[in-house]
Amino acid sequence: MSETSAIELRNISKYFGGKAANKNVSLSINRGEILSILGENGSGKTTLMNMIAGIYFPDEGQIFIDGKEVVIRSPRDAFKYKIGMIHQHFKLVDVFSATENIILGIDKKEKFDHKAAANKVKEISERYGFDIDPMKKIHEMSVSEKQTVEIIKVLYRGADILILDEPTAVLTPQETQKLFNVLRKMRDDGKSIIIITHKLHEVLSLSDKVAVLRKGEYIGTVLTATTDESQLTEMMVGKKVSLNIERGDPKNCEERLVVRNLNCVDREGVKILNNVSFTARSGEILGIAGIAGSGQRELLEAIAGLQKVNEGEIVYNNPKTGESDNLRDKTPMQIRDLGVRLSFVPEDRLGMGLVGNMDIIDNMMLRSYRKGHSVFLERKGPRYLAEKIIKDLEVVTPDAKTPVRRLSGGNIQKILVGREIAASPTVLMAAYPVRGLDIGASYTIYNLLNAQKEKGVAVIFVGEDLDVLIELCDRIIVIGSGSITGTVDARTATKEEIGLLMTKSVEQGGEA
Amino acid sequence: MNKMSFHLVKREPMVWYKNVFVRAIAIIASLIVSAVAITILTGKNPLEVYASMVSGAFGSSLRIWSLVQNVAILLCISLAVTPAFKMKFWNCGAEGQVLIGGLATTAVMMFLGDSLPYPALIVVMLIASMLAGIIWSVIPAFCKALWNTNETLFTLMMNYVAIQSVAFFLKYFVKSGSGVLAPMSEYGLPVLFGQSYLLNIIIVAVLTVLVYIYLKKTKHGYEISVVGESENTAKYIGINVRKVVIRTLVVSGALCGIAGLLLVGGTNHTISTTTVDGRGFTAIMVSWLGKFNPVYMVLTSFLIVFLQRGAGQVSTDFRLPSAISDIVTGIILFFIIGCEFFLQYKIVSTKSGKEND
Repeated sequence: MSETSAIELRNISKYFGGKAANKNVSLSINRGEILSILGENGSGKTTLMNMIAGIYFPDEGQIFIDGKEVVIRSPRDAFKYKIGMIHQHFKLVDVFSATENIILGIDKKEKFDHKAAANKVKEISERYGFDIDPMKKIHEMSVSEKQTVEIIKVLYRGADILILDEPTAVLTPQETQKLFNVLRKMRDDGKSIIIITHKLHEVLSLSDKVAVLRKGEYIGTVLTATTDESQLTEMMVGKKVSLNIERGDPKNCEERLVVRNLNCVDREGVKILNNVSFTARSGEILGIAGIAGSGQRELLEAIAGLQKVNEGEIVYNNPKTGESDNLRDKTPMQIRDLGVRLSFVPEDRLGMGLVGNMDIIDNMMLRSYRKGHSVFLERKGPRYLAEKIIKDLEVVTPDAKTPVRRLSGGNIQKILVGREIAASPTVLMAAYPVRGLDIGASYTIYNLLNAQKEKGVAVIFVGEDLDVLIELCDRIIVIGSGSITGTVDARTATKEEIGLLMTKSVEQGGEA
Repeated sequence: MNKMSFHLVKREPMVWYKNVFVRAIAIIASLIVSAVAITILTGKNPLEVYASMVSGAFGSSLRIWSLVQNVAILLCISLAVTPAFKMKFWNCGAEGQVLIGGLATTAVMMFLGDSLPYPALIVVMLIASMLAGIIWSVIPAFCKALWNTNETLFTLMMNYVAIQSVAFFLKYFVKSGSGVLAPMSEYGLPVLFGQSYLLNIIIVAVLTVLVYIYLKKTKHGYEISVVGESENTAKYIGINVRKVVIRTLVVSGALCGIAGLLLVGGTNHTISTTTVDGRGFTAIMVSWLGKFNPVYMVLTSFLIVFLQRGAGQVSTDFRLPSAISDIVTGIILFFIIGCEFFLQYKIVSTKSGKEND
């Protein structure tokens, strides 16, 4: 430890409304090193990094760069100290080209010399092995390309310390490998790289050392070479957890929901679903894999009656009456009036599934408030249901009268999934139900889905973590640019196989 | 090493008595700052100025009745805009909706006053005023629901149409040609216990309770909250958003119409283009300050009317230009609205260097 660290944090704390998001965190990174910040969602990883990037200001503690104490008050300050952060949600102007985005906000004259700038972008790309066309417009780019632009943007500004917030969340396995190769090249070039993640295998394959956070507290730093998955998990969660999902064999499979040749276009008339056909069977979990934004959302919303369908049919086989109904062009109300028990856990929890400013009881009512002929609301049933879900699913909340917005992500999701399951559905659709949840809460959700499958529900699970999809589902359909590019048996499929299917139609047919 | 800096931190929700304490401090601070401003600008004794404000509002039983009556009208209009605002439908057209309700009342009084028996006349006035308010509010709602037009601009435009309609009415139907309609007190709303404003006050009190129940306890009110909080959630659970928008604006317009009835039938017994006098807009502030809760809105409308009437008295007593009282009103409102910020955030100082914690 003779050399001075590129960046060192000492006893950094940050409070939000009395709650510690970070408490006494100390860590350091040298030049030419990759450090992983590992922790569950809500453990304060992003908050910590935002303090280095000048977005938040620490309440306590000091930051040293090359051994000198610094005060970082704004992203501009961070840039002055050659710190660059690549956020999880990209901050790019869609109608500008890559180069225009890269030089945006720079105070120098080169802002107006696009040719020189483009050359410099090219030079950086070649040096680290990026694959990018400097003149391509952002809205024509894939997610992975956009990320590349973000990285070049901070390199262009001369960043020596790069922070990447969950960079692989939106990438396919192949793209992830490509990114890791680039990051390794940067490390060899003497850059310091901090990568925020909660995926263990990435930590192990990429980083030199790992700093673990748990509930805002700093647990420790270990060298990657001397650790393994189970030790890291234990540090992250605070206790030993077994990472196995009990998968039973599908029983009594009947064709519950048959989707045939579904076609949809969005508001601008761009095709978002292209001849999608699949069958969801009772007593089975059907996984849907694909790069984010490939039409998963629209597919589920079309089934739920929220998305206009241009062509095709959605047939529901009612187990009670034995009749088949076409759900196409029906509103959610009409679908329910047909006796179709369809539950839907949407991707956007607080924007669609729940109302953040309402308390748990009022959120329970969303599905059921219409019952009865009275003009007045009946809150007794919802109150009972709210209390039952809080107890059964171990929701951490002061009481049932707390606005759901104040709960943590995992507890919010338990309430949403709990409500949707309480309707005893025959079809349960869940879009990214564990996104942002910690390991414990994720496994609660997996178990709930599995219990529904045991009960004979047809479960449709849209996921992003391929490891989980392979472990949890029975069959997996892969969607790419709005088309089904393949169906695989989850028990025999590999991640690489699914990864290839995810990008298949993008490479063949070009972009929509 | 001893650099001090300040920054803002979001607070946990406060217990109610701290909440009241912060607001009380804000009012006291506003009075002190206003006092300084009064002394500097006019050289008058600020205590006397405040005494005159209070006397302007409460000085005699006539003043008290007039104060409460004005509170009632402002509260009624605020109750009317609240359902729409809670739904995030920015209804800036209360001014016009009230005025057109008043115009409908005037027309009924003028043309049917002689031919209808008194009880029937009152019923017709009520129906006409509500219908007029509803028409004025539903036109923008309909266009919003069908073609997604901007309701703020649309409702504002409807205000001008209402004002010009009244101007036209007065020019065309007032026989003397003066454009001023003489009060038609004989056709006004009934006077209870010899107090001409009592009926208005009772009606608004009942409406306050009804609107409270409508918003908090009924399925309609629940749908308004859901649509206002998130249209996506509303669609997801199968609420017909267009229907809710139009239905809510019917309620909003009807209440505005009633406010027009109370203004013309219960108070003025005549109409002019300035009958509503900006209260359609003040009502928006009352509603926001009262957090869309009808019970709090009683307090906020009282505060605003008190300030207005007190300020008016100050101008007459001290022969000050009305701008001075506007300044005082502005300062007081600034502090009261500003303290909301401190209820949500606190300022924390950071010491860079030695940390004890």
